[in-house]
Amino acid sequence: MATSTAPLLSLRRITKVFGEGDATVHALRGVDLDIDAGEFVAIMGTSGSGKSTAMNILGCLDVPTFGQYLVEGISVEALPADVLAALRNDRFGFVFQGFNLLPRTSAVDNVELPLIYANVSGRMRNERARRALADVGLSGRDRAHPNQLSGGQQQRVAIARALVNEPEVLLADEPTGNLDTRTSAEIMALMTALNRDRGITIVMVTHDVDIASHARRLVTFRDGIIVSDQSRAAA
Amino acid sequence: MRLVTTTKLALTALMRAKLRSLLTTLGVVIGVAAVIIMQSMGAGATALVTGELSGMGSNMLMLVPGATQGMGGASLGAPLFTPDDVDAIRRECPAIKYVSIMNVRSVRVVAGDENRSTNVYGVSPVYFDIRQWYPAMGRILTDEDDRQGAEVCVIGETNRIELFGSVDPLGAELRVHEMVCRVIGVLEPKGASTFGQDQDDLVLMPASTYARRIMGDDRIGVMMLSAVAEDRIDEAKAQVESLLRQRRRVLAGEDDDFTVRDMRELIAIMGRITGVLTSLLAGVAAISLLVGGIGIMNIMLVSVTERTREIGIRLAVGARTRDILAQFLVEAIVLSLLGGLIGLIIGVAGSFAASRMLDLPLALPHQAAVLAVGVSVLVGVLFGVFPARKAARLRPIEALRFE
Ligand SMILES: Nc1ncnc2c1ncn2[C@@H]1O[C@H](COP(=O)(O)OP(=O)(O)O)[C@@H](O)[C@H]1O
Ligand SMILES: [Mg+2]
Repeated sequence: MATSTAPLLSLRRITKVFGEGDATVHALRGVDLDIDAGEFVAIMGTSGSGKSTAMNILGCLDVPTFGQYLVEGISVEALPADVLAALRNDRFGFVFQGFNLLPRTSAVDNVELPLIYANVSGRMRNERARRALADVGLSGRDRAHPNQLSGGQQQRVAIARALVNEPEVLLADEPTGNLDTRTSAEIMALMTALNRDRGITIVMVTHDVDIASHARRLVTFRDGIIVSDQSRAAA
Repeated sequence: MRLVTTTKLALTALMRAKLRSLLTTLGVVIGVAAVIIMQSMGAGATALVTGELSGMGSNMLMLVPGATQGMGGASLGAPLFTPDDVDAIRRECPAIKYVSIMNVRSVRVVAGDENRSTNVYGVSPVYFDIRQWYPAMGRILTDEDDRQGAEVCVIGETNRIELFGSVDPLGAELRVHEMVCRVIGVLEPKGASTFGQDQDDLVLMPASTYARRIMGDDRIGVMMLSAVAEDRIDEAKAQVESLLRQRRRVLAGEDDDFTVRDMRELIAIMGRITGVLTSLLAGVAAISLLVGGIGIMNIMLVSVTERTREIGIRLAVGARTRDILAQFLVEAIVLSLLGGLIGLIIGVAGSFAASRMLDLPLALPHQAAVLAVGVSVLVGVLFGVFPARKAARLRPIEALRFE
């Protein structure tokens, strides 16, 4: 049961194994991680160290092989599929390295997507999607399709989509991985503002030390385990 | 997710691949159109046969030797009728108006240099009254011809054309077997019957002449009778039956060794035959509808595979299993419904064209049309469920990682 002391997100002895026999990969080998509401956590680590695997489990996109994942003290393992879908819909916003926008679909229609599954009426959807696009600095490009937008603009659309249903947690897996330095800095400024002004909990994977410095907490993965977890004073 | 939203989503997806959507529906289009055209042609043929048979004189009865069997056939081997039977029916059956002998045999006939095989009938003069056949040239047979055993004949239009061409047939000589008879009349052309039989390919001569010169004896194969009125057919039938049982010494409890058929039975029999044909054709059409459904399933499966990443994205932002299921199911239903409606239009147009070309009465099968479109939607559901379930069961991350 949820208690006032339970962390918002909690990974407990999480193990993730991919494949069978000779092809077995131990992506996570016992990860413990507690994240409280309002935190800004940066995750670093070499390629293949299990960062994305952990993010997918946090976002309820994947399930652990062993161990428990608790949201507000409740094990998601026990939750029915529809409740998990609702969790993905209105508690989490996920931003991928590859944007994952629907092709041949306008920016505003992409951003509306979570609202469709939240049963928001057509007019409200459009209104909120436009506002979310304006919030990420993309007003006026509502009708543009992904192939008509730059990488930075596409990632902004993806962030708008992640934010449109006002989630508590934004999970971003290398959001700036495909972007140039200047665009990356703009996206980071946006994230920092979201955490500071709206109190959105942010968990972000990055390779960039500069970008990681925006976070107040830095978690480092190596070979499927967490090797360091440092907090800093507020920037 | 709301149904309106789901439907919009499905339409958008289908509009993106217009040509493919259209080709996908083709199977259902053809299936539904085929069902409707087959049904309407079947119904048209039935209406035509029924109309033609009742046009033959609905108070007409046919008397054949042998017990009734199955689809109206009569068994062979029973004794033929005699001229005394004809007289007895005329005398003792008040509900019978006309009695005519109708013997027939296929014979080679010769006129000048021309010769051909045709059906030669020996009939009583009242036969023309029963069938309501009228001469186009000359005259028909009279009682006088029959009494005298006159060597005269009336020919049908086909024989006139084939044997005489542009020559005036009236008074010409026609050799039938060893007999030479004089042509005294030509019947009005009647064209082909519903069963494709040429009704003008005949030669009619007095029954007495036929008995003496063609058959060699005076036994009678078939009699055509007509009741005094249509509502007295049953009575007429009963009178003939009881008289003939007596004359032919059929014992009580034994079956008749003859059969009296009326047109209603014939109509019912033809109805059954065309009914069987119609359901056979409809069966073939239904199979094409099934094939159409499998076509839709095939394309939907391809579509689910192609759009795996889309499914992953939708699941990642909170789509439930049932939302994905609904999306693909509605797509399949829209496709098959579209196919059904296009098929309906083509089917109705095709029925019009077919009825005109084949000269059949137009009989649009309303229930069949509604059924066909309904079935096409059912096909959409049945064949859409499998691909839709496949899509809906994907795990978000698996779908997202799909290459
Ligand atoms: N679906 C999968 N099937 C098999 N192996 C996988 C799969 N996903 C990740 N892995 C493996 O798990 C390990 C961790 O991957 P990942 O979490 O993506 O690392 P990171 O994001 O830190 O680069 C890697 O060795 C990767 O090859
Ligand atoms: Mg990764």
